[in-house]
Order: sequence, then structure tokens, then C-alpha cells
Amino acid sequence: MAPKVPPQPTLEQSTSAVDAGHGHHHAHEAPPKGIMRWLLTTNHKEIGSMYLIFSLIMFFIGGIFALVVRLELFQPGLQFVNPEFFNQMTTMHGLIMVFAAVMPAFTGLANWMIPLQIGAPDMALPRLNNFSFWLLPVAFGLLLSTLLMPGGGPNFGWTFYAPLSTTYAPPSTTFFILSLHIAGISSILGAINIIATILNMRAPGMRMMDMPLFVWTWLITSFLLIAVMPVLAGVITMMLMDINFGTSFFNAAGGGDPVLFQHLFWFFGHPEVYIMILPAFGIVSAIIPAFARKRLFGYASMVYATAAIAILSFMVWGHHMFVVGMPLAGQLFFMYATMLIAVPTGVKVFNWVATLFRGSISFEPPMLFALAFVVLFTIGGFSGLMLAIAPADFQYHDTYFVVAHFHYVLVPGAVFAIMAGVYYWLPKWTGHYPNVRLAQWHFWLSVIGVNLTFFPMHFSGLAGMPRRIPDYALQFADFNFVSSLGAFLFGFSQLLFVAVIILCVRGGKKAPAQAWGEFADDLEWSVPSPAPLHTFETPPTFQRPAH
Amino acid sequence: MTQSDREIRQAGVRRTIWRSVAALVGMFAFAFALVPLYDVFCRVTGINGAVDTTAQSIVHEEVDESRMVTVQFITRNGSGLPWRMEVETRQVRMHPGQTTEVHFTFSNQSGGESWGRAVPGVSPATATRHVRKVSCFCFEEQKLQAGERLELPLVFQLARDLPPEVNTVTLVYTLYPVEGKSEPLQTAGAQNKEGEEA
Ligand code: HEM
Ligand SMILES: [Cu+2]
Repeated sequence: MAPKVPPQPTLEQSTSAVDAGHGHHHAHEAPPKGIMRWLLTTNHKEIGSMYLIFSLIMFFIGGIFALVVRLELFQPGLQFVNPEFFNQMTTMHGLIMVFAAVMPAFTGLANWMIPLQIGAPDMALPRLNNFSFWLLPVAFGLLLSTLLMPGGGPNFGWTFYAPLSTTYAPPSTTFFILSLHIAGISSILGAINIIATILNMRAPGMRMMDMPLFVWTWLITSFLLIAVMPVLAGVITMMLMDINFGTSFFNAAGGGDPVLFQHLFWFFGHPEVYIMILPAFGIVSAIIPAFARKRLFGYASMVYATAAIAILSFMVWGHHMFVVGMPLAGQLFFMYATMLIAVPTGVKVFNWVATLFRGSISFEPPMLFALAFVVLFTIGGFSGLMLAIAPADFQYHDTYFVVAHFHYVLVPGAVFAIMAGVYYWLPKWTGHYPNVRLAQWHFWLSVIGVNLTFFPMHFSGLAGMPRRIPDYALQFADFNFVSSLGAFLFGFSQLLFVAVIILCVRGGKKAPAQAWGEFADDLEWSVPSPAPLHTFETPPTFQRPAH
Repeated sequence: MTQSDREIRQAGVRRTIWRSVAALVGMFAFAFALVPLYDVFCRVTGINGAVDTTAQSIVHEEVDESRMVTVQFITRNGSGLPWRMEVETRQVRMHPGQTTEVHFTFSNQSGGESWGRAVPGVSPATATRHVRKVSCFCFEEQKLQAGERLELPLVFQLARDLPPEVNTVTLVYTLYPVEGKSEPLQTAGAQNKEGEEA
């Protein structure tokens, strides 16, 4: 999330040690000034920064929606908002966080880092890259504008189950569908670009099994995107037709079936949750070895585990639907298949811990977030295993226990990994180290805030508090009180994150090219800090590190 | 990087794009293909209570006197049709193999003529394929004049091979308007508010 791009390259700068000796100077004309520069840029670093800034803004907008929800749930009773608006807030919070904050943040990191990590001069399709970014503000501007439309914005939950999202939906739903289509196209184009870059643009000598894990996890994530985003597009197209053209895909009256909606949605939805976590695995796998001062334990098994998770993720969607009246055989199948995913996930956690074992560990900001990721993501994995037990899920389903589960895997999971990545790569982006004091404050307040918010939700869920309600029975008051306090603490401490980033862009301790020592030695650390606008115009020769 | 290197790279990128686009189109088509596939799957396995809506002939098999099964009837009004649907008895006890007839009444409580259809469902799903309907109002659409009452039969059997663990079978009928055939609902609804709430 570097709001400023490295200084304008002059010819001298780009002829640095890394790309010395290149013969051709194409496309180095002075870029257009002002807003046009950002509208038209095809540079992977500038586009990466734009993705990251966009994601940060959306993170705050989605965060404000969450705080509206937590404010209302602070005490039993209806105090601040009416139930209709409450439902719009829970829905918008989920949609914005998933599609506008977490996914674009990972795409931004991919844009910035993948070409640098594989020694490519840019993404394979730079103009397409610009287009996929600019689709996002359009999509989410449209989505946010539905809140102001007659009847309000989407109010049916981020999972938009039909017929709630068709027959009973507000009139703005057609715009919701349109905005999701645009966001989906953006993700798909991004995925094609990333695959094309990774498969074709690697530095000479770099084999697939030499690629940094962030590159590997993003490659697999892109395949997931290509496989499931069209299914999402299909589902919302069916909704659109049910709403506007009188078809009955999900309408029982016309021979359709609402359960079909859930099958289609979760066929997309479960791989989608892995889309939000696999790149996080990649980031953490880069950071832990760097600060444990050891090689990553089990590189190859990490790659295979990622692939295994991706393949299995297509076979477990039914675990979201245990209570729809699935036959016993179906429940058993989805239950065992889901538990099977815990195996490759366990392999990963084992490898991170084994990397730490007897390492010479230091606790710089990226490492703090990465370590918190390992611990707290694992807690989320365990609650996932509890939910995977079909008979137990009959009790847990649609309670706050599910909310606790997915927030543990997504906030101290995906979001912490993004923050770890930002702290890790800020020196490369800005040429300065982030302010350690402030970053530590940010870290500790975030960890405390996250756990205060989400840990009590396990208990309120087990005690039977349903999710997506604006009011609740008195016995849940204490848990909700703590959750709301934690949420405000977490929310406001994110302002520190913004402060660290702005300060780091402005100045700070100068970072050398290899900013985090000899175990952070992927190709990005061979270019100067800050990375000049154009890098690797002449491909570097890849040196396999001595293992 | 030489010219030929760059050309090889370009060709690789182009190949990747075409393959991705093919996969995308394939997956989009797959999502739509799942709609009929899902339907066929549910019908074949009987999951979902999706029953055959065509008449079957009576099978004269020996009645299994040793076994009693409870059959319950539930009638529901889907939204948008100002009709009331009732069944003469909520529950019957019968032997597998026996043929039973139950009467349902439909009454149109609105001031206009309208078309409706009762959509059937069976629970538990494992019983679905063993419910043999000889005659059912649910096979076709019904038309009722304003205020009209209509009594229609359901004639059915439970097959003898009904799984032994099934002791109760529930048949659910949900009333839905037939799209495009009903009069505009406003007139009906406006004239007969109470009817709609029923
Ligand atoms: C060991 C790994 C995991 C297992 C066994 C697991 C299992 C489950 C199960 C069974 C549910 C359904 C609960 C219910 O609705 O009753 C669920 C929900 C969910 N999981 Fe996981 N999960 C795992 C990892 C993850 C990860 C890594 C993510 C995301 C990064 C994730 C995100 C979600 C979300 C968002 C939901 C809730 C969807 C909703 O209904 O709104 N899970 N998980
Ligand atoms: Cu899932």
C-alpha cells in the first residue's frame, strides 16, 4: 500500500547494476502528467500501488459498515439503526471486504511483486492490467451507490441466497448483479494476466520449482479464479433472468429450486475462500524464513499442499449446506472431504513451525504479523474442523460460531498476511523501513482487538445466538459487549497502519537493496530500494540459492 | 533478450490467453449445464422430494398387511395466489401395496378467475421413488372462477419396496400461481384482502 510510486526513473537510474547492458530503450518516454498518468499507466508497479490504495480505502469503508453493525449489537435492543438498514450493513460489509478489500489487496501485491520475483520487466499484458484495475472503482462505486437507491442496497447477506435475493429483493438488486459482474471480469482478467506472466516471463534458468512460494500460490489461485468466477457469473446471470425476464431457475413456483442456488453459489464460494487464503500462505512462507534465518522447511511439500488444497476445494462445497436436507451419503461425503483438507493445511502449518524450530528469530513488524497469522489462522482451522462435523454443524450452523470461524481465517488470517506483506515489502517500495515503534503499536492493538472481537463469538454462537440479527436475547449481552469493544479497538488501530505507510513513503531509515538480510534473497531483493519504475528490462540470470 | 526470444514469449502468452478463455467459456457453460443435470440427478435419486409428475398405473401387488405406514398431508400457499387449499384428512394409515384415495379442496377467494398449480414434494427423500401416484391434481394446472370451489382426488400407492426404516411419509403441496395465466393480482388482491392472508 505505497501511495507513492518510486521516483521517476531517469535513464541513469534504470541503467542500474541489475539491468546494465540492455540495448533497447523502448517505452521510456516521459509518462503523461497528473490524473492521466494514473488513468493510462501500464506499469505493474503503479498499477500494483493503485490496487493497494483502492483496497485500503475499501477496507476502511467496509470497516465502517462493520462498526455500524457492532454499534447496534453493543447492547440488546434496537438503538441506532433499523433492522432493514442493519441487514444492508451486514451484507455490504461482507461484499466489500471480500470482493473490494481482500481480493484487490492480493492482486495489488501480485502486480507489484510477481514480475520482481520472477525477473520479468512487467506483467505479460500491461494494458489489460490497467483495464482490470479501473473496472474496480466502477464496480464498487456502483455497488455503494445502491445504498442510496429507493428500497436501499442489498440486504440478503453476502451469500445472496435466492429467493431472498430474487423474489424478495430490493429493486437495486439488478445494479448489485451488474457490479458483481464487473468485479468478476476484473478478477478474471487479472488471473489471466498473472498466469500468462508466470508461465512465460520467468528469468532464464528459473524452473517452476525455483519460484518463490508467493508466485506459486498466486499461480494456483489464478487457476481457481478462472475455474470459479464464471460459475459466479452464471449464478448471478440466472438471478438476473429470474428477476427481470420471468425465468424460474430458483423459483419453485415455476419449477425451479432454491437449493440449486446454494449448490451453485458454494461451488464458487468454497474455492473463493481459498482464493483469499492461498496467496496469504505464500507471503507467510517468504517472511518466516527471512526472520528465522533459515531456509523454508519443505518447499516442495508446500507446493504440493497448495495444489492439493486447491483441488480438494472443489469437492467440499456441501459443508455449507448440511442443513438443507441433504441425504446421509451426501453429508458423509462432504464431511470427510472437508476434513481431508485439514491434512494439506496441517502440512503447511507444520512446515512453518519446523522452519521456526531452532531458527535465530527476530521480531520485526512483518514477522510479528506472520507469527500471529500462524497461531490465529490455526485456531480458525480448528473451528472449521468442528463445523465440518455434520451432526455438530446442525447446532452451529447460522450461529455466531460460524462468524467466529470465518473471521479467524479471514482477519488474522488473510488480512494479517496482507499487512505482513506490506510491512515486508515497504522498504522495496519506498526505500525506507517502516517505523518500528508505530508498527509494534499497530500490531499489538490489532492482535488484542481481533481476539476481543472474535473470540467471544465462539461462545455466543455455541450458546445459540443466530447470525445476521440486529437484536438478541439478554443472555448474550456480555459477549456482545466485549465483541463490540474489541471491534472499535481493532478498527481505530488501523489508522496507525495508515500512519506508518504515510511516514514510510515520506522518509525513515534508508533501506538497502537486500533489506531483510541474507535469507530474504528472492529476486526482488536484488534490485535497488526503492525499486526503480523499470526493472529487469534485461532478464537477470537466475542463481539457484545453495540449499 | 533477442528478437526470437521475445517472439517465443509472445507466442507463449497468446497460447495461455486462448487456453484461459476456453476454460472460462467452458466453466460458464458448465454452470448452466448444472441446472438440467441437477434436475436429472434429483429425479433419478429422488433426493429433494422431486417426484415424477406423470400418472402411473396401479400395480396390483400383494398388500403387505404386516406393515403400517403413516402418510401425512401438508398444504401450503405460496405467495401471490388468493386461493385456499384444504385436505379432508391430515393423516392416513395404510399398508404398502394398498391403494388410497384422499380428497383435496381448492377455493378461489378472490373476485377474479385465476390459474394455479400445486407443486408436490415428498419427505423423507428416500421414500420419494416409492410413492406411486395414479391420479393427482398436481399433474396439471387448475383454473378457478371467482369464488369457485373444486374438489379433486389424489389416488396413490406406496410401493412394497418402501425402505423398512420409513414409518412416516409426508406429502407436501404448495400452491403457486401459473405465470401469465392469472389475472393481474392487484384486482384480486384489492378486492379480497382477507382472502390473501389466509
Ligand atoms: C481447515 C480448514 C477449514 C475447514 C474445515 C472449514 C470448514 C467450514 C465449514 C464446515 C463451514 C460452514 C459452517 C456453516 O455454515 O454451518 C465454513 C464456513 C466458512 N468458512 Fe471455513 N473452513 C476452513 C477454512 C477456511 C478458510 C481458510 C477460509 C477463508 C479464508 C474459510 C472461510 C469460511 C467462510 C467465509 C465461511 C462462512 C460462509 C458463510 O456462510 O457466510 N474457511 N467453514
Ligand atoms: Cu467452505
